[in-house]
Amino acid sequence: MYGGGNTFEGIKTDSLAQEDPQKLAAFEARIARGEKIEPTDWMPQLYRKQLIRMIEQHAHSEIIGALPEGTWITRAPGFKRKMALMAKVQDEVGHAQLLYSAAETLGKSREEMINDLISGRSKYSNVFNYPTFTWADCCFISWLVDAGAIVNQLANAKGSYGPYCRALDRICAEESFHLKYGHHCVIYLASGTPHQREMFQEALNRWWTPMMHFFGPSDKISAHTEILMRWKVKMGTNDEMRNQFLDMYVPKIWELGFTIPDPALKKDPATGKWAYTEPDWEEFKRVINGDGPCNKERLAVRRVAEERGRWVREALKSPKMNYVTPLA
Amino acid sequence: MNEQALKEFLYKMADDTLIIGHRNSEWTGMGPILEEDIAFSSMAQDQIGQSLALFTLLHQLGEQEPDTVAFMRNANQFHNCILTELPNQEYDFSIVRHFLYTTSATLRWDMCTHSSYEPLAQLAKKVKGELRYHSLHARTWIQQLGSATEESISRLQRSLELAMPYALGIFEESPFEKELVAQHIFEGEKRLMEKWLSAIEEVLGKTQLVIPDLKLIQPVLGGRKGQHSEHLQPLLDEMSEVFRTEPGAEW
Ligand SMILES: [Fe+2]
Ligand SMILES: [Fe+2]
Ligand SMILES: [Fe+2]
Repeated sequence: MYGGGNTFEGIKTDSLAQEDPQKLAAFEARIARGEKIEPTDWMPQLYRKQLIRMIEQHAHSEIIGALPEGTWITRAPGFKRKMALMAKVQDEVGHAQLLYSAAETLGKSREEMINDLISGRSKYSNVFNYPTFTWADCCFISWLVDAGAIVNQLANAKGSYGPYCRALDRICAEESFHLKYGHHCVIYLASGTPHQREMFQEALNRWWTPMMHFFGPSDKISAHTEILMRWKVKMGTNDEMRNQFLDMYVPKIWELGFTIPDPALKKDPATGKWAYTEPDWEEFKRVINGDGPCNKERLAVRRVAEERGRWVREALKSPKMNYVTPLA
Repeated sequence: MNEQALKEFLYKMADDTLIIGHRNSEWTGMGPILEEDIAFSSMAQDQIGQSLALFTLLHQLGEQEPDTVAFMRNANQFHNCILTELPNQEYDFSIVRHFLYTTSATLRWDMCTHSSYEPLAQLAKKVKGELRYHSLHARTWIQQLGSATEESISRLQRSLELAMPYALGIFEESPFEKELVAQHIFEGEKRLMEKWLSAIEEVLGKTQLVIPDLKLIQPVLGGRKGQHSEHLQPLLDEMSEVFRTEPGAEW
């Protein structure tokens, strides 16, 4: 789901000086021609490192993202919603599985990645550090957070690393169902009782800032990532992605009669760009560095799951065990 | 056909699959490995789907809408066996419960393919295919973990002893047992239990697990009559938390 809000720290390009200049030039030429880089191909260390970081963050976002929606599976109102939500969250866990495999082709094991997640060393999408108070929050995620993710993922699917692109193609196909499901849920709230409408309006008020944060800090203040754009690791600037999201979904939200809590939000018909109030980027930094409403809870849940499952994973390593492939 | 007997039978099957499906869905995002998250989630989806299909048959027999029946009844109106409502606890208990329950469900649905109640026989033919995978999953894990490490073996053994009295409660007879058998709606709980015992013995025989002496076990009964453990009502409260906020609303 959530390719969004990847954090790229200021990229130090010093290591490039140690790369073979001819190989580097050939590598860049391949990318410029639109070729895909495969796991056994030559690649600069910096490319490998940044890709692992990005794909790993994406994978973590899928499993952590399964938690806020997952807690609504047991509470979903009615058979239809319950079954659809179960299938959706299951897909998200499946995405994590695909993405960990894609990252493993670059030389980091799933186990190492999960250890880095629960120790807090690697990040995941900031949006999941916010709580889902009501069913409507869960619907907001299914529709609009997934919508944001699709904007990012469709762009990233045109990137340069073969295994990541192929994983994203499969993921995007499933995401379009999530989006349809989420939109459907919100339509029912919009056309439901006054209480149901109010539930979604309140969720929208709560989630708008995290949603704006989702695409990462504004271009004015974010780290320079030109080299990642040239290498097709990053496929668009944060502001471009955010603008694309606003352009596609603000009209749909308005169409349902809801109010977006930003009076400055409007499209400039001449440039096609949306104007909006910059969300609080200090809050974004605080949350991504661990001090959000749910960071501790999310990681604690993950940690407990890992801890409780350890004996199973140990048993899987036993020579007497020959079950390896999932039966799903 | 004795409609009361038939309804009673359908309700107990529908409630079993709804409640076990609910419990299995609680593993989403919490499994010991991602593959198990996914496996439990997909089985839970099948089970919730099966319960919907059964409630739909009941609706055709004049009962209320599936959503109403599933989300608005209280614990004492549910006829699931107590085994299904017990909390998941650790993965060892969940996998042992899953094995004991699924083995019985697979055999039950299989017997239902011969039911004189044609809509049930039709449904059973479809469900059988889903259950083949559930059984395979359960058997594989039990056989493997039941002979892997000292810890996995002792955990499974403990869970087996804990679950067995409840598992025997699956076969608690209904007041209509005679009618069900006489009218060929279902061959009866006794027959099912015989088949179940030989099926679980076959699988456990390939492991280092020991089947507890059944003569020494007091089955935990009551579920089929609406007498449940303290765990069912909180489960139902959670399940209907949103549904009950706006009676009559569509979601
Ligand atoms: Fe996803
Ligand atoms: Fe999704
Ligand atoms: Fe998602």
